[in-house]
Amino acid sequence: MERTIEQIHEEAFKEIKSVTDSESIKALSSRYLGRKGIITHFLRNISSLPQKKRPEAGKRANEVKKSLDEAFKLALKHLATESLQSDYKIDVSLPGRTIKQGSLHPITQITWQICEILEKIGFDIAEGPEVETDHYNFEALNIPKNHPARDMQDTFYVSDNIVLRTHTSSIQVRIMEKFTPPVRIIAPGRVYRCDSDLTHTPMFHQVEGLMVDKGISFGDLKGILTTFIHHMFDKKTSLRFRPSFFPFTEPSAEVDILCVMCKGKGCRICSHTGWLEVIGAGMVHPAVFENVGYDTTRYTGLAFGMGIERIAMLKYGIDDIRKFFENDLRFLRQF
Amino acid sequence: MKVSLSWIEDYIRLDRESYIDIADALTMAGLEVDSVTNRYDYLNSVVVGRILDIKPHPHAEKLKICSIDIGKHSIRVVCGAPNIYKNMLVPAALPGTRLLDGSVLKKGIIRNESSDGMLCSEAELGLGADNSGVMDLDQKQLVGDNLAKALDLSDMVFEIDLTPNRPDCLSIIGIAREIAAFQKTTIKHPETLLSDSVNKISEFTSIKIKSPDFCPRYAARLIFDINIAPSPFWLQDRLMSVGLRPVNNIVDITNFVMMETGQPLHAFDFDRLSNQRIVVRKAKKGETFITLDKKEVVLTPDMLMICDGEKPVALAGIMGGQNSEITESTTRVLIESAYFTPVGIRKTSKKLCINSESSHRFERGVDPEGIITALNRAARLMSELDGSTLVEGVIDKHSKINNAGPIILNVEDTNRLLGTSLEHNEIENLLKSIEFDVKKTDSGEFAVVPPSFRVDIARPVDLMEEIARLSGYNNIPTTYPVIPAEARKPEKRLGLRNRLKRIMTGFGFTETINYSFINRSSCDNLRLESDDRKRNVINILNPLTEGQAVMRTSLLPGLLETIHRNTAQRIKNLRLFEVGKIYIGRGEDNLPEEIEMLAGIQTGSRTDTSWYSKENGCDFFDIKGVAEGLFDILKIDNIKFACMPDNSCTYTRPGHTAKILQGKKSVGLVGEIHPQALRNFDLKQTAFMFELDLNVLFDLIPETIRSKPVPKFPSIARDITIIIDKDLESSELIETIKKIDEKLVEKLYLLDVFEGKPVLQNKKSISLRITYRSKHKTLEDDEVNYIHKHITNRLLEEFDASLPA
Repeated sequence: MERTIEQIHEEAFKEIKSVTDSESIKALSSRYLGRKGIITHFLRNISSLPQKKRPEAGKRANEVKKSLDEAFKLALKHLATESLQSDYKIDVSLPGRTIKQGSLHPITQITWQICEILEKIGFDIAEGPEVETDHYNFEALNIPKNHPARDMQDTFYVSDNIVLRTHTSSIQVRIMEKFTPPVRIIAPGRVYRCDSDLTHTPMFHQVEGLMVDKGISFGDLKGILTTFIHHMFDKKTSLRFRPSFFPFTEPSAEVDILCVMCKGKGCRICSHTGWLEVIGAGMVHPAVFENVGYDTTRYTGLAFGMGIERIAMLKYGIDDIRKFFENDLRFLRQF
Repeated sequence: MKVSLSWIEDYIRLDRESYIDIADALTMAGLEVDSVTNRYDYLNSVVVGRILDIKPHPHAEKLKICSIDIGKHSIRVVCGAPNIYKNMLVPAALPGTRLLDGSVLKKGIIRNESSDGMLCSEAELGLGADNSGVMDLDQKQLVGDNLAKALDLSDMVFEIDLTPNRPDCLSIIGIAREIAAFQKTTIKHPETLLSDSVNKISEFTSIKIKSPDFCPRYAARLIFDINIAPSPFWLQDRLMSVGLRPVNNIVDITNFVMMETGQPLHAFDFDRLSNQRIVVRKAKKGETFITLDKKEVVLTPDMLMICDGEKPVALAGIMGGQNSEITESTTRVLIESAYFTPVGIRKTSKKLCINSESSHRFERGVDPEGIITALNRAARLMSELDGSTLVEGVIDKHSKINNAGPIILNVEDTNRLLGTSLEHNEIENLLKSIEFDVKKTDSGEFAVVPPSFRVDIARPVDLMEEIARLSGYNNIPTTYPVIPAEARKPEKRLGLRNRLKRIMTGFGFTETINYSFINRSSCDNLRLESDDRKRNVINILNPLTEGQAVMRTSLLPGLLETIHRNTAQRIKNLRLFEVGKIYIGRGEDNLPEEIEMLAGIQTGSRTDTSWYSKENGCDFFDIKGVAEGLFDILKIDNIKFACMPDNSCTYTRPGHTAKILQGKKSVGLVGEIHPQALRNFDLKQTAFMFELDLNVLFDLIPETIRSKPVPKFPSIARDITIIIDKDLESSELIETIKKIDEKLVEKLYLLDVFEGKPVLQNKKSISLRITYRSKHKTLEDDEVNYIHKHITNRLLEEFDASLPA
């Protein structure tokens, strides 16, 4: 008696599982599904079945044919994959086709970090001209002509009354002329002083901060700058505030942080003092408020300024400020 | 300002051992101590030696050759001192010792005999006046010991970085006063009383102030029978302790009193003053004057001069003149002690570029009430000199000096500004500790009169600062301001600028920051025409170098110099950019126009050599692609790159430059650097740049984005290749197709541009791909073919083009 279609199906699957190379699969496929194959033969022989059984048998045989066809294809595919894994290996140690990004200048990166922290505290960014009148850079900030305080900054002059701004503080008066309190701004930007050595370049960057409102106190100045330093460096960085002098703030303070290099033990970076001067700050001088028409009995304000290069040098361990503006790719690409 | 602890100890009791604490306390009081050094460090290589043997010098009668035991070994020293003897203990300076005259001792040969050091006298070591022979040290000293240690010499010197508001601390007494405040002690002032029984001085001289605005007070005394000689050692020692060189007894005393009190004094040779009188007046136009340091200066009428009966004898408050200076033959001296107004002194000092210890103090403001004290102090010291006599009486000319009256200080205001909760009595005590006069008013405030030497105190806030300073900034509680949750809308420009920088780095460009000033020759190097706007540079009046003499009117010079620096280091494939301002002058009295620009530049190969790529020089289309990429990501549409007429941009190569336009608005340009400009910047390989005016660019960026539906039906692509005139811009084909306004045309791609055989010489072949899509259905081939044919024909007609053979 001839085998049933179900038996053929079962046997075929058994055989598929037992072969391990594609040639045998192809041979097997041809033995079952080829022109003289078993299934083909079975289908041809359907006509010899009784009339009643023919449709059912035909349908079933075709289903089996389809099922086997898929099984052979799948088996071939698996074998193909297996052979890829074993036959062909790439040198994964070859460098990839790099997509090379450029890098942001370290000064930009530090400026962004500084601004991000201060914006979080509630300051808005403001900007102003770099070539500035003597009025905004000096006079309005309580630094009259022929005052020794002018010696604190070596100024580039464009004419008798026009200078390259020596600090971003020049923004203060421009902003206060434009807005009534409350004012909360920071002003990052380029500043200029005629000075050049290991720690000075004739152009550098500062961020100025100004906050004016009712009831702003020196304690608040300490709070803001402490938060800032703790974010910029780390939470353990100690600060000290010591009296200093800026004509446009009073009381004025220098803010020192414990040397980030030697942690206060004393090293070359901190001139063996254990402290690094990083921020100049103070309460806005009433003379400045008078110059912009703010009511000194109602408002008080705090102001601070810092050199961005200085912070970047400390953060990145850079010892020569001139490197920032030489733009040597071997330097820039490190950041 | 240098101060030595030994000198300070003249006025206040100190614990010298705790000098570090004193320095810290000064720093925290606002007088920043920059450095602390031991004054006797220069004696580090001077040791106690024992003379083992003395032999005559074979070639010099007066010299001896000594063998000196210096502990570990012995050295041979040639010495000419008359007082040496065997077994004498002497200070032996070894090679490397810095001598008082500034020279450094070296091994040497004296008259053919080698000498490994020097035996020193007191005077040579700055330890006394005796110069007659080598110091004869106590036999108890140990051979080999460091001399400073053996003699217990130690004197700490503070270098204090004074802020300009504290002229009162430009004196030893001023610093002592500050120390007294935090040590809670008081200082002992030197004796300055002089009891003049008669006014003898008026018989000899007179003083006339013709410019009281510039010299509100001028006082003088006379000393006769002076014998000019070196100062007594104690006086020299004081001066040397703060780094001043002793000159002679009279000059030293004026310097000593200036350092002690902060009041600059001047001593005139009384016999060299014409008519033996003093006139304080403005200089006459064109008058000349020779200063003490032999500089001839031309005076202008705004300069205050001290004159005698005929001529100027001193630049008031700045420097004396050669014609009246103290010489060895001086026997009679007029001592000047005056108050000159700060602004006048500063103007003159700046104009003449003469700075002195004296001008430094006057321009910051001396104590108007300290003038007689200082004068008397100097007069007393001079009259104590051998043989000299003080002429009784003082001339003190002064106009009325206005007293500002007390400053009213409110305690609540103080605590509010500082964030403190200081009590009335605390505030009172703090202010009193620095000699402020404090009285309570009826309304519970304080009426405060600062001492006359505190010229910086004028407002209540000045007092608040003193209170904060004295109570210690670090004792003020740290608080946080209350900030409302409202915020101003940030300026669009700020965020966009940062975004641009990020995009550029994403494109592989590295950010540079170049100086805002450039070389004056940069405009020439960029080959700018004489009427180019970029020629309107801002000149810096006092540049540091010629290379930084003008403000840039283009970002290019900086970028080209950066390329030069990098290629010199063999970094040749560069993609650089800068975002920064250029400064276009608008006349000398106006601020320039500051325009923020973005410039990108590329040079060298577009890829580094690697296993998957070869070096492949970048070209115009690399940099143009970057610009296009920027516009694409910023969603700026309708940008055109228009070929610029030759020479319309002088720093880029003709025919390889395009203006970037949106409509008629010029956004910037893109091009290859002109070969001549490259040479001018000393560059050997070509470079491609683009520059964008950010003010224009930012206005083009859409504020909002509206989303569009994504297409549902597939597109069909058809290619077309036609042959057109070589000079025809591909954009014209694109424009023409766009003008046909066929709704189903979705996108146009330029597949290929080809010149050369088999295409005719003045022709080129261009291949385009057009994609077609309908919003409503899947397009049929026939439909598309029909439209495509139509478009093709239009192009053929319009441009007199042909299809490839």
